[in-house]
Amino acid sequence: MATATTEAPVEIGVIPSFDVTIRVRRFNPEVSEESTWQDFHVTMFGTDRVLDALHKIKWEHDGSLTFRRSCAHGVCGSDAMRINGRNRLACKTLIKDLNINEPITVEPIKGLEVEKDLVVDMNPFYQAYRDIKPFLIANDKPEKERLQSAEQRARFDDTTKCILCAACTTSCPVFWTDGQYFGPAAIVNAHRFIFDSRDEGAEVRLDILNDKEGVWRCRTTFNCTEACPRGIQVTRAVAEVKQAILRGRA
Amino acid sequence: MSVVIETPRSRKRPGFNLEKYGWMYMRLSGVLLVILIFGHLFANLMVGEGIHAINFAFVAGKWASPFWQVWDVTMLVLALIHGTNGMRTLVNDYAEVEWIRRTLVWLLWIVCATLIVIGILALTTFTPCGDASSISLLGKDGANVAALCPVK
Ligand code: HEM
Ligand code: SF4
Ligand code: FES
Repeated sequence: MATATTEAPVEIGVIPSFDVTIRVRRFNPEVSEESTWQDFHVTMFGTDRVLDALHKIKWEHDGSLTFRRSCAHGVCGSDAMRINGRNRLACKTLIKDLNINEPITVEPIKGLEVEKDLVVDMNPFYQAYRDIKPFLIANDKPEKERLQSAEQRARFDDTTKCILCAACTTSCPVFWTDGQYFGPAAIVNAHRFIFDSRDEGAEVRLDILNDKEGVWRCRTTFNCTEACPRGIQVTRAVAEVKQAILRGRA
Repeated sequence: MSVVIETPRSRKRPGFNLEKYGWMYMRLSGVLLVILIFGHLFANLMVGEGIHAINFAFVAGKWASPFWQVWDVTMLVLALIHGTNGMRTLVNDYAEVEWIRRTLVWLLWIVCATLIVIGILALTTFTPCGDASSISLLGKDGANVAALCPVK
């Protein structure tokens, strides 16, 4: 095996490390009804993300720290949290991009009930998603491929990118005060089917969203667009659904 | 064993709701209000002597003209409904107890209706020329008003 090499081993760039304080909002209903801030001091590297810091805390400091994560690469949408006051995915937020001279605050996303530490009850969020019928509605038998032109596909491309992380819905001030509001994520996913040329359920979905708690609650605050880790033009999608309801069709 | 996939539940059938019309009204009235409010400000504050010309007689003169009567009634009605509907939105946002929410929304519309009635009454029945004694109450302005009024 060992093929001796005459070249000197490549000098691997040293990744700068730094000390940083992670200030986590802790909540444990079995201990107290109140949530409290807890500071953790950790040494992290320039390549580390907030998720890595949470891992380090959980694995080396306090195993009781509770949060969701799965893919750790911005795909599954499990780890949306409020970092320094903004909704982001912990796995996509490099610590070095934040101000490391100040404590970095990490809180659960707002507007959903906190179950423990950073874990919230996502059920109301998923319920709104289910309510807009997030599946293809087509009456013809699926005997052959449903063709679609590139332009037709482009019409709803943006909203296909959603990973249901809830960053948008839980950044929305209307949702904070009115948990019945469908919220941007549900509307984004309705948009994904309403403007799909293969789908025939646009009218049903537009009718569902033409509700007291539907699109008209949106006040174009743009928090959702800013929060979306997938760069989806969320507010625009909501506006397009409003327009479609006014037109009476997609 | 079969897996039962629940039929997605849709919210209670969205019956008739005014939200869409409320949303459209805010935008339509908004566009008209831009014209009406800025026209109003321009006529009152910029034309001629501008703000220095405003006194009782100036208002009396404006309201003697059907043009400004229609303008002001339109502005009054549009803005009050617009403002009240906007406040209704805020109440819906923040009121958590249903009966309080309903009460506040009712109060808003009652105040709105009252103000519209009083406003329209003032705008349409306004007569600057009462008897001589009421004109004298206006002090310096009285002379201007007297000049407006037909000689008794
Ligand atoms: C200059 C002309 C005006 C324009 C173009 C305008 C436009 C608008 C629009 C488009 C909205 C809806 C915002 C949304 O749904 O996101 C709104 C809301 C509102 N407007 Fe106006 N408006 C005007 C004048 C007024 C006046 C004179 C009043 C007060 C009588 C008023 C009070 C309100 C209130 C209370 C809201 C609700 C605020 C909220 O939803 O957060 N507006 N306006
Ligand atoms: S639209 Fe963006 S922010 Fe909202 S749930 Fe989907 S991926 Fe998350
Ligand atoms: S852990 Fe999957 S998106 Fe962050």
